[in-house]
Amino acid sequence: MTLDAAKFLAVLPEILLLVLGGLVLFLDFILPKEQHRLLGWVTAFGMVLVMLFSIPGMPGESTELSWGGMVRHDWLAYTFKMLFIFGAGITALFAMDYREIGERGAFYLLMIISTIGMCFMASAADLVMLYLSIETTSIPLYILAGFIIKDNRSSEAGFKYLLFGAMTSAVMLYGFSLIYGFSGTTDLYQIAENLSIGGVPAAVITGTMLLVLVGFGFKISAVPLHFWAPDIYDGAPTPVAGFLSTASKAAGFAVLVRVFLTVFPQIQLEWGVVLYAISLLTMTVGNLIALAQRNIKRMLAYSSIAHAGYMLIGVVAGTPFGIQSAIFYLIVYLVTNLAAFGIVTATERVVGSSDMSAYYGLSRRSPWLALAMMVAFLSLAGMPPLGGFVAKVFVFAAAIEAGLIPLAVIGVLNSIVGLYYYLTVLKYVYLYRMEGEDEDQHPLPVTSSYRLALVILTFGIILIGTIFGPWFGFADTAAAALF
Amino acid sequence: MQFPILSVIVFTPIVTGSLILLIPADRKTETRVAALAAGALALALSIWVYFAYDVAAGGYQFVEKYSWLPSLGISYYVGVDGMNAPLLLLTGVVMFTGVLISWGIDDRPREFFAFLFILATGVFGVFVALDLFMLLFFYEIAVFPMYLLISIWGWKVTREYAAMKLTLYLFIGSVVALVGALAMYFVSGMGTFDMIALESAGFSPTFQRIWFPFVFFGFAVLGGIFPFHNWSPDGHVAAPTAVSMFHAGVLMKLGAFAALRVGIMLLPEGAKFHMPWIIILTLVNVVYGAFIASVQSDFKYVIGFSSVSHMGLVTMGFATLNRSGLLGAGLQMFSHGVMTALFFAVVGMVYDQAHTREIPRLGGFRKIMPLVTIAFIIGGLASMGMPGFSGFIAEFPIFMGLWDSNPSQLWISYAWVAIIAAISIVITASYIIRIIGKVFFGEVPEELRGHLHDVSALDKVALVFLSAILVIVGVYPQIMVPLVESGVDNVLRLLGGA
Repeated sequence: MTLDAAKFLAVLPEILLLVLGGLVLFLDFILPKEQHRLLGWVTAFGMVLVMLFSIPGMPGESTELSWGGMVRHDWLAYTFKMLFIFGAGITALFAMDYREIGERGAFYLLMIISTIGMCFMASAADLVMLYLSIETTSIPLYILAGFIIKDNRSSEAGFKYLLFGAMTSAVMLYGFSLIYGFSGTTDLYQIAENLSIGGVPAAVITGTMLLVLVGFGFKISAVPLHFWAPDIYDGAPTPVAGFLSTASKAAGFAVLVRVFLTVFPQIQLEWGVVLYAISLLTMTVGNLIALAQRNIKRMLAYSSIAHAGYMLIGVVAGTPFGIQSAIFYLIVYLVTNLAAFGIVTATERVVGSSDMSAYYGLSRRSPWLALAMMVAFLSLAGMPPLGGFVAKVFVFAAAIEAGLIPLAVIGVLNSIVGLYYYLTVLKYVYLYRMEGEDEDQHPLPVTSSYRLALVILTFGIILIGTIFGPWFGFADTAAAALF
Repeated sequence: MQFPILSVIVFTPIVTGSLILLIPADRKTETRVAALAAGALALALSIWVYFAYDVAAGGYQFVEKYSWLPSLGISYYVGVDGMNAPLLLLTGVVMFTGVLISWGIDDRPREFFAFLFILATGVFGVFVALDLFMLLFFYEIAVFPMYLLISIWGWKVTREYAAMKLTLYLFIGSVVALVGALAMYFVSGMGTFDMIALESAGFSPTFQRIWFPFVFFGFAVLGGIFPFHNWSPDGHVAAPTAVSMFHAGVLMKLGAFAALRVGIMLLPEGAKFHMPWIIILTLVNVVYGAFIASVQSDFKYVIGFSSVSHMGLVTMGFATLNRSGLLGAGLQMFSHGVMTALFFAVVGMVYDQAHTREIPRLGGFRKIMPLVTIAFIIGGLASMGMPGFSGFIAEFPIFMGLWDSNPSQLWISYAWVAIIAAISIVITASYIIRIIGKVFFGEVPEELRGHLHDVSALDKVALVFLSAILVIVGVYPQIMVPLVESGVDNVLRLLGGA
């Protein structure tokens, strides 16, 4: 095995993340206790540097396999890696001033390790690598969800997440073992060919695909594997919930599109039907249950389930444009949902509750926070000039292009339901008053790290929504790596 | 390269809106002055565009085109023709007067003007759009600020209900139209959202007949077409004055205009096929709206339903699909916009003083606010279609178009439609005269005596401005008719000169 530069370039972001993790660990030892908040800044700016220094690691025209066929160095992987790193950096900013977690080096370290796992998920080209990277991502996340040991609800969330995750990943692993059994290879790009040479019946492959889908469906919280999401988002520390609902979900989508398009192309019709049903259910169930929520974190959990359904529309279409629009949706969703959870975190820090009634009169207590909330929620609802509008138009367009007009229509109807509950929250924020109508006496201070993160995200949402060309270009090149 | 005047008009409001948000919350006067400056600038530029448009040359002028997402054929593409130039002017007028009327808003004026201006940008954007995607993009921008404007600054009794109802109605309409637009995009196979290119896409008659109702009704919901009109009176009544003005004055035209631009112009075969039955709906709009208006006891509901009735005339003009009908519809959009803005402004002024809008409890306002009374009478006369006012210039061609028409196998002629629709003029006269008699003349009721005051100078400026437009267009129609005619030619070209 020769060592050459190309090999290291393929995993450059991961290497840099590891260095950052080491730095955080080191600083955790040497910094005095009262300066541990600095670790958040170190992590956040470290992530920016990781993104900058990863630029030489951009894949070239042709995609290449390296590290013995374990890692695939292509635009799909690279785009997703940048998304995860961005998400982790923003989450570090949100975590800094959060009670119990912001001053503990272990928190940042675990998040960095989880991000490394996600990066490998996006680039894995081998079943073994894929499984390892999924576990590398998940195990730190289990711990993060239950990070606040003193808080029963957090511990419960961590434990529940662990049980769900272990169960689904066992089912998925069984699916992997069947794939290996049928094809005799673990190389993702070899499997499809071997399966067709071996003459494995489509019904058997479909069954295997369903087993694998259990694991992926859990990651992206698709119905009927969504039950964990509300409880865990509600119980886990809020920055972690934001991370789970964005970066972790994006990682799930990265492996979903890669595996389904490369391993199961011969049963595209079958998985198309299965995902069609799942997409339809996911949107509808997510949105309908979200209507009834009185806790904003649970509402966002159901809304994030619904958004997984919208993204699946693009995957169901299965066309280059479909995948492109799904990836574009993910970019928008990641930025928007991070903002939504960030606002919830910032409010919860001061108010101590995430019940809807905690948001009464928010626009009088903190006009800027309310404005950021309006931007984020309207983007989730799909209103221009915010990112969510363009993203929704593209996935619906992809469905219509592929002739899936019923799915597009159901998506459209769902977005109307979505608009209702997002607007309801904005009504509490802008219209309702606090008890006693003395908002002036209850200001809602927002610390500098939240301010920075929310400004970046809010501008990001508007930027993606108005100048969508470059972002769509990233989604385009990423999707092209699959075809 | 010429000066990008349309882009400046489109983006002036939203840029000002963003800047206004940076003014500290307690500097309310500065906020208002900034808003007024932006309103004046937008008005001045739209007046300039209106008069600089070369009617003899016709076609789209002041065109600007920048690619937005070339891989999907999306561009930022704007231009003005005879159909949208008056609407651009109308928006400028309503925006400017709306700021004047809203001077007294004291609860978070900063946010109020910011949201109002986001709305204005959406409206300007739709009117000048020549790209289908851009049109939808700005259309949605114009929808959502309404929710916040109505629910925060609206009438306390019904605002939450009305705001949600309105937003959901309009959003449903727009997404239905969106699906239709995407179908057009893919079926054309041209890979562009450019509407001028799509005009020659040659959609098959079957395709046009299937998709026309989606697109037309999707947009016409905002134009208040029966049976999807019922968000509109509730929305008008709950909204604060400036928003009602914007809403009835400009937004309803947005729906009608988009239905024309996308529905009729891109799917002309579909329009010819469906219009013979759609005209019945518009007839219901006109007559039923007028009847309902005449039995309301709430001043603002009267105006709200009269808007439904008058917007019915616009869609009825479209439905004739001939020169006079379309000309009348184009003029009616402008005339009704100014007139209804004036009406809502007056209602707001009366309510601010009396704190009630129940017509039986009002009276004698002539003595307290004489100028307001005159303005309302001018608006009323325009609304009845009295010669010498803009309403006549607009309504007369619509009725003429109905007589002229030679529609389809379904109907031999629309003459009977014209006869029934003419009833609405009588009904309109009855409720307008009743309001004038009851609210403005007569005696001031006991409980109101002593605490009524005349309106402020800014309000007067707004009223004089609006009523002057109604009279100018009425006595000198040449200022607008040739322009709209050139726009109608553009539509007829696609309808095969029908």
